[in-house]
Amino acid sequence: MTDRPELAASSLQKAIEAGETTARDAVDASFDRMRDVGAGAKGLNILLHQDRHDALTRAAECDSDNPTTRARPLNGVPVVVKDNIATSVMPTSCGSRILEGYVSPFAATAVGKLTQAGAIVVAKSNMDEFAMGSSTEHSAFGPAKNPLAPDRVPGGSSGGSAAAVAAGIARIALGSETGGSVRQPAAFCGVVGVKPTYGRVSRFGLVAFASSLDHIGVIGRNVDDAALGLETISGLDPLDSTSAAEPVPSFRDASHGGLTGVVIGRPKEYFPDDLDPRIRERCDAALDRLESLGAEVRDVSLPHTKLAIEVYYIIAPAEASSNLARFDGVRYGLRIEGDGLGAMYEATRSSGFGPEVTRRILLGTYVLSAGYYDAYYRKAQQVRALIARDFAKVFSSGVHLLFTPTTPTTAFPLGSKADPYEMYLSDIFTCTANLAGVPAMSVPIGRIDGLPVGAQFIATHFDERQMFVAAYALERALGASVTQ
Amino acid sequence: MSGDPTKWDERYEMVVGLEVHVHLKTATKIFCRCSTNFGAPPNANTCPVCLALPGALPVLNDRAVELAIRTGLALGCSIEMTSVFARKNYFYPDLPKGYQISQFDQPLARNGSVEIGKRADGSAIVIRITRAHMEEDAGKSIHDRFAGASAVDLNRAGVPLVEIVSEPDIRGSAQAEAYVRVLKQILEYVGVSDVNMEEGSLRVDANISVRKRGESALGTRTEIKNMNSISGLVKALDVEFARQCSIVAAGGTIDQQTMLYDANANEVRPARSKEGSHDYRYFPDPDLPPLIVPLERIDRIRRDLPELPQARRDRYKRDHQNLTEYDVDVLTANAAMGDYFEQVARQSNDAKTAANWLLGEVFASLKSTGQSIEHFTVRPADLAALLGMVRDGIVSHSAAKQIFGKMVTTGDRPNAIAEREWLLKVSDDLALVKWIDEVFAAHPAEVERFLGGEKRLQGVLVGYVMKQSKGSADPKRVNQLLAERVGT
Repeated sequence: MTDRPELAASSLQKAIEAGETTARDAVDASFDRMRDVGAGAKGLNILLHQDRHDALTRAAECDSDNPTTRARPLNGVPVVVKDNIATSVMPTSCGSRILEGYVSPFAATAVGKLTQAGAIVVAKSNMDEFAMGSSTEHSAFGPAKNPLAPDRVPGGSSGGSAAAVAAGIARIALGSETGGSVRQPAAFCGVVGVKPTYGRVSRFGLVAFASSLDHIGVIGRNVDDAALGLETISGLDPLDSTSAAEPVPSFRDASHGGLTGVVIGRPKEYFPDDLDPRIRERCDAALDRLESLGAEVRDVSLPHTKLAIEVYYIIAPAEASSNLARFDGVRYGLRIEGDGLGAMYEATRSSGFGPEVTRRILLGTYVLSAGYYDAYYRKAQQVRALIARDFAKVFSSGVHLLFTPTTPTTAFPLGSKADPYEMYLSDIFTCTANLAGVPAMSVPIGRIDGLPVGAQFIATHFDERQMFVAAYALERALGASVTQ
Repeated sequence: MSGDPTKWDERYEMVVGLEVHVHLKTATKIFCRCSTNFGAPPNANTCPVCLALPGALPVLNDRAVELAIRTGLALGCSIEMTSVFARKNYFYPDLPKGYQISQFDQPLARNGSVEIGKRADGSAIVIRITRAHMEEDAGKSIHDRFAGASAVDLNRAGVPLVEIVSEPDIRGSAQAEAYVRVLKQILEYVGVSDVNMEEGSLRVDANISVRKRGESALGTRTEIKNMNSISGLVKALDVEFARQCSIVAAGGTIDQQTMLYDANANEVRPARSKEGSHDYRYFPDPDLPPLIVPLERIDRIRRDLPELPQARRDRYKRDHQNLTEYDVDVLTANAAMGDYFEQVARQSNDAKTAANWLLGEVFASLKSTGQSIEHFTVRPADLAALLGMVRDGIVSHSAAKQIFGKMVTTGDRPNAIAEREWLLKVSDDLALVKWIDEVFAAHPAEVERFLGGEKRLQGVLVGYVMKQSKGSADPKRVNQLLAERVGT
C-alpha cells in the first residue's frame, strides 16, 4: 500500500494512525512522485531542495507506537514549504543567488506548528526570487513549469508549492502572498489556495518582501486539506508583533455549514467588460450553484479596485527596498569582494539580485526618497485606506462573502509576458485582499482548454470560517466537473 | 586671523543644540531577548533578530518603553499616547538590517525643558527639549584591530536608546557642559540609565552655529560627532566655534556638514561620507504596530517618579536652613547620596552634623576605599547611632573618628567597636584616679608646679590623662578630679 492520491491529508493521517499505511510509505510515495513527474531542475523544476534522509527520520518518529504521536492531526503527512519560509533542515534561499545555500538556524513559526502536528517537510519549492513575480519565471534557479501543461507557467510567486500539490507530491504546501502569490498559482494549477486575514498566521520566519502585505498561506489538494493546514498554523505568536490574538475556530468544522441565508456579493469591478467570457461564464455558473444551495447573490461595488495595482506597486517595492537591505554581503549569503565597502555592496547586490528584484528595489527607493514620499508613498497609503474601506462598507451592508474570478486568464505560456506591467496585471483581482488584509481563497471551478479556472471567496477580517463554508459547499456541488 | 576663542567671544555668539543618546538600563535589548551587558566577548549577545537573519522580526521590550516614558516625564515632556516606530534606512556593516528602527515624525515625548543654572541676575537658564524618542543602537565597527579588514561587534546592536533633542538654546560650551551634567543627574536620579560616557551609555552629538552678538537669526550649523567625554564636547565646541568665527569674520559662509572631533589632535574634520545630505528614506516600520500608551499608564509612571534633583535641592534648603548652598549641591549630587544623608539626618535628628560627616569623613572614605555610597559598608543607621553617641557624651569626637574608621573596614556597629576598642568615655572615678596617679608619677615636675598654684598646667595634665587613657577618659570628670586635688 503506497500513496493514495484520493485521500485527503486528514484521511492519510487516519490511515497511518490505524496502521493501514505508514508515514514511511507516505514519504516514499512523495519522493517517488517527485521522480515520476520530474519535479527537479531538469523537469518541471518545481522543487529547489529535498532531504529524503531527514524526511525518513521524521517518518520513523511518526510511525512510533506512541498513540499521542499517532493521533497528531497531520502525523506522517508530507508537506512542501516555499523557499522563502525558514526551515532548519534545508536551505532557505528565496529563489535567489544572494541566499544560495543559506540554511536558517531556526524554523518559521508556521513550519514549527506543522511539524509539531506531525507533518513532514519533504521539500522546499521554487518561487519567483524573493516572491517578486507572478509566474515563477523570475527564480534565480530557472522557471518552474505547470504540471498540467508544461509549456505554461504554474503561476507565482508560490508556483512551486501549487505545482507540487497539483502534481501529488504533497497534500499540503505552504506558500506566501504579498499580492495574490498563493491564490493565483493555486488557480493556475487547479488546487485550493487560501490567504488568511493579516495577523492570523505568524510571519516569523517568512523572509520579508513587503511586511504590511506579506502573509503565509496554504495550498491544498482540496478544501479540507487547506482548512486543516490553515487551522494548524494559525494563532497568536509572541515573536510577531503583527500577529493577532483572535481565537482560532476550527475551519474544518465549516464543512458542516450551509449556505442558507448567506449573502454573496458579486463585485462588478471584478467582472469588467473585457474579462475573458469563458471565465465569466464559469464564475456565473458557480454563482448559480451557490444560489441553488441557498445563498443570495447580490451585485455590489468596490469602487477603488481599479487603483489597487498602482497602489500595490508603490507600497510593496517601498517596503521591499528596506527589507532587502540586510542582504549586504556582511554577515551571510553571497559576498563578492570589491575595492572597499561600497564596491563590495555594489558587486554583491548587483550580481546577487535578479532583474525583477533590482527593478523593485530601485522603484521602492525612489518612492521613499525625500521630495517623492508625499506624492507616492503617503498618497498610496491613503488610497490603500480607501480600498480597505470599500471592503468594510460592503461587509457591513449585510454581505457575508464576495465571489470573483481569481485571475483574468488561465495559466499563460512560459515567456509570454515579457513586459513587467503585463505580468503585474495578472494580480489585479487578488492584490486588493492583501492591501485590505481581508482573508481570501481560490477554489477550482472548471477548466478552459484543459487549463484550470479558479474563483475566489473574500470574507471580512477573521471570518475565514465563512469562506470555508462556501468553499466546502461549492466543492461538493461541483464535484468532478472542476476537472472538465 | 586669530583663533583665540576669548576674542571671538566678544563679537560672536555660539549657538548650540545637543542630541544626547542615552542607553536605557534594561536587562535585554529593545527588540529581542539578548542581554545588554557591556563587555561581553564580541558578538556573544546576539540572536537572529539583532543579527537581522532572514525571517526574524522585532518585538518591542516593554521595559524599555517604561524607562523611556519615565525619561520623558523627568525632562518635563508631554508623553504622546500614540507614537510610531520608523525605519531610518542606510547601509553600514554595523547596522545589520540596513535600517535603524527609530521614531521619526511621531516621537514618544515632546516639549520638555531643564534648568541648568542661574544667570547673574538670578534668572533661571532653561534649555528647551524638542523631543525624546526611542530607538535601537547600532553595533560597533572596529577598524584598527585587524590588518586590512574591519571587524563588527553586534553586542550593542539593539540596545535601547532614548535620543533627547534640545532646541538651539545653549549659548557657549560652558552651558553645553552644564546641560549635559544636569541631564546626567536627572537620568541617574530616575534610574533610567547608567549615563556612563566611557562605556558609551551616554553619547552626545552637537549642532553648532555662530552669529554676531545681538543678532537673532540662526547661522548655518554644522553637526559634530564622535565626542567621548564632556571635556571632549567642550573642546570640540570651542574649536568649531573658532573655526566658524574665522570663516564668518573673513566674509565666508559655513557649509552645512557633519564634522568629526579628533580628541588626539583636538580638531574637527569634515566626516568622510556626506552624511549631511543623506536621505534616510524614513517610513513607518510595518513590523511594529504604533506604540499606544494609555493615559493611566502615563499617570502611574508620573506618580511613581522619584523626586528630581531640583526638587530635592529646594526641599533641603527649606527643611535644613543651616545647610549651605554648597552642602546642598554636594548632598544632592546623586540620588543615593541624598538618600543616605536623609536617613542619617532623620535617625540622628541632626541634619547639620549629618551633613558635616557626609561631606567630611564619609566622602573621604568613599574616595580612599573606592566604594559607592549605595554599597558603603557603613549603614546610615549605624552612622546615625555614632552621631548619637557623640551627642550623648558617650564617646569623644576624636574617638568617634576612630570608631568610624573601624566601621568602614569591618561594617560593625559603633557601640560594639567602642566597647571592644576601649573607646567609650570613662567617667568611673576609680579608673580615672588610677590614670591620674600614673600621670602624677610620670611628670613630677609639672605636678609640683600645678599643685603649687600654676592653674594653666591643668590643661596639660588633662591631656596627659587623656593620652594615658587612649582617649577614653571623660575630660570633664578628669578636670573636676584635678581641681579637687589642688583644693585638698
